[in-house]
Amino acid sequence: MEAEKKDFQKAPFSLQMDLSKFKKATEEEKRQQDVMSESTTFFRDGMRKLFKNPLAVFSIVVLSLIIILILVAPLIVPYGYADMNTVNGKRDKTATNMVPFQYSELEQEYMAEGGERFPHIFGTDSQGRDYFIRCVYGTRVSLAVGLVASVIVLIIGMLYGSISGYFGGRLDLVMMRIVDIIYSLPDMLVIILLSVVLKQVLDVSGTVFASLGTNMISMFIVFGALYWVSMARLVRGQILGIKQNEYVLAAQSVGAKPGRIIRKHILPNCISVIFISTALQIPNAIFTESYLSFVGLGVQAPMPSLGSLANAARDGLQSYPYRLVFPAILICLIVLSFNLLGDALRDAFDPKLVK
Amino acid sequence: MWRYVLKRILLAILSIFIIITLTFFLMHAIPGGPFAAEKAIPDNVKAALERRFNLDKPVFTQYLLYLRNLLRFDFGVSMKHGRDVSRIISEGFATSARLGGFAALVAIAAGLVLGSLAALTRNRLPDRIIIFVTTLFTAIPSFVLATLLLLIFCLQLKVFPVWSATNPSYVLPVISLALYPMAYITRLTKTSMLDVLGQDYIRTAKAKGVKDVIIIFKHALRNALIPVVTYVGPMIAYIVTGSLVVETVFTIGGLGTQFVTSITNRDYSVIMGTTIFLATLIVIASLISDLMYKLVDPRIKFD
Repeated sequence: MEAEKKDFQKAPFSLQMDLSKFKKATEEEKRQQDVMSESTTFFRDGMRKLFKNPLAVFSIVVLSLIIILILVAPLIVPYGYADMNTVNGKRDKTATNMVPFQYSELEQEYMAEGGERFPHIFGTDSQGRDYFIRCVYGTRVSLAVGLVASVIVLIIGMLYGSISGYFGGRLDLVMMRIVDIIYSLPDMLVIILLSVVLKQVLDVSGTVFASLGTNMISMFIVFGALYWVSMARLVRGQILGIKQNEYVLAAQSVGAKPGRIIRKHILPNCISVIFISTALQIPNAIFTESYLSFVGLGVQAPMPSLGSLANAARDGLQSYPYRLVFPAILICLIVLSFNLLGDALRDAFDPKLVK
Repeated sequence: MWRYVLKRILLAILSIFIIITLTFFLMHAIPGGPFAAEKAIPDNVKAALERRFNLDKPVFTQYLLYLRNLLRFDFGVSMKHGRDVSRIISEGFATSARLGGFAALVAIAAGLVLGSLAALTRNRLPDRIIIFVTTLFTAIPSFVLATLLLLIFCLQLKVFPVWSATNPSYVLPVISLALYPMAYITRLTKTSMLDVLGQDYIRTAKAKGVKDVIIIFKHALRNALIPVVTYVGPMIAYIVTGSLVVETVFTIGGLGTQFVTSITNRDYSVIMGTTIFLATLIVIASLISDLMYKLVDPRIKFD
């Protein structure tokens, strides 16, 4: 170093820089100069925004707790949702209409003899079934209906909307007229009507769906048949916008087939909007399911759903108000969380929505 | 303009027609005629009954007959107790219409007031409270709300009497029907009010020294109302379907209760009649709401 320095002799009036007055930046200093933030993907950016939103975090926590509960509880609680209370293999007729954490006479005798009983956390219903496990299964059913119905709506709506939007022209016109007509029908009444009929007509015994029961299947059909229209409209609108872009033209000019263009170029660009709409569809479906169960068109007894539990609770309303309160709180929490989460997702992931 | 009106009316007529057709054929797709129920009926009686209700004719002829009768507001008779379906509907509808009308008025009035209030106190305490409460309301199904209100205010606190035909108490049923649409209208009004308050003409009015009250009611609210008009159709649909369960919960003998009972009894002619009637009501409500929207907002283009 010293030798180099001496070699470097600057002419008095030269404007040449005197390098000896400079020193090299350390690695850390280099990093400090780097003003660019870490590169981020669209997804990661959205997730960051999502987790900054306290309402979103609240709803994610609530939903995760509920999901953990409905997955774990049936493993721990030794009762079935359709089983009357039995003690030592004997049917326990004294165990009906118990308040939370009460033990029936037979159970008390059994426990006095040293046996162990799992407490009835929510008490039992009028037929001596553990109410906690019924609420857990009710939540399972309601959530499953909500999720499956939304997926069905998503699939039908996406297929229909993308075909109509991509091909346009007369096909689009005809397809959208059909959507207009279905959209103008009063959905709830048609749903009730279809449920009444499908309950009588549909027979799924012997098929793969037998375990779900006729009513559940008819509910899916009903949801699928009616709610897809708004999804189809949404997808079509998105596609009409994206179709104008040059990259679609480029793909077309190199001979990509319509199916590939829709899958590779168009759908990825509107997928976030579609997913948000699906998330908002879930509470809708749960609402409708509980409504149908309340009218008596819901899932088949003894399978519980939150709506049918709330309906059944009306019988002993004055004596056992908590039987209404538990499923009611569960429905409200689930619907509220999904609503909040859907809104938060839209705020976080919809690029066109600028606050 | 007239082209749009005509188109919209045609769509409404078409959807009513589809509802009628759908209802008719769905109800006839149910296996076992209406008289195949509980106890065996002698063959000659059954044949006479079937002739009386035209069930011996081919389905399509029955359909045409049904259409013809509908034009005369003849919905047939109940298969369970023989009463005229049109009479059942008109009796039940009197109560239900009053209930639904009150609920709609309450929802619109309260929603507009709360929404404007939230917009004017944006990000301050009243706004936060209003938005919090309305978010909560949109998560409660009407039947749960109705049952809880019944339990708390009717059975426990005895503030309101239990419904009876001679002493009807509309407060609780109206609240249970109105809360959800009210919450929706509140949020709608808030958004559109904020939008309007940011417009230039509001600033101009302020600059000219117009009083706040006049700005809000004369300039802002009138324009903020436009999106709310579009919600009137869906709101009527919500109230109609909501009244089915709310009436059942409060044991109000309106059309909703009739409908739910006919579903449990499988009284097909009543189900058909009520569905068609209610569906027509909803379709007309949404038609009016759509037309009004175009009427109050001259900026909308007609396609």
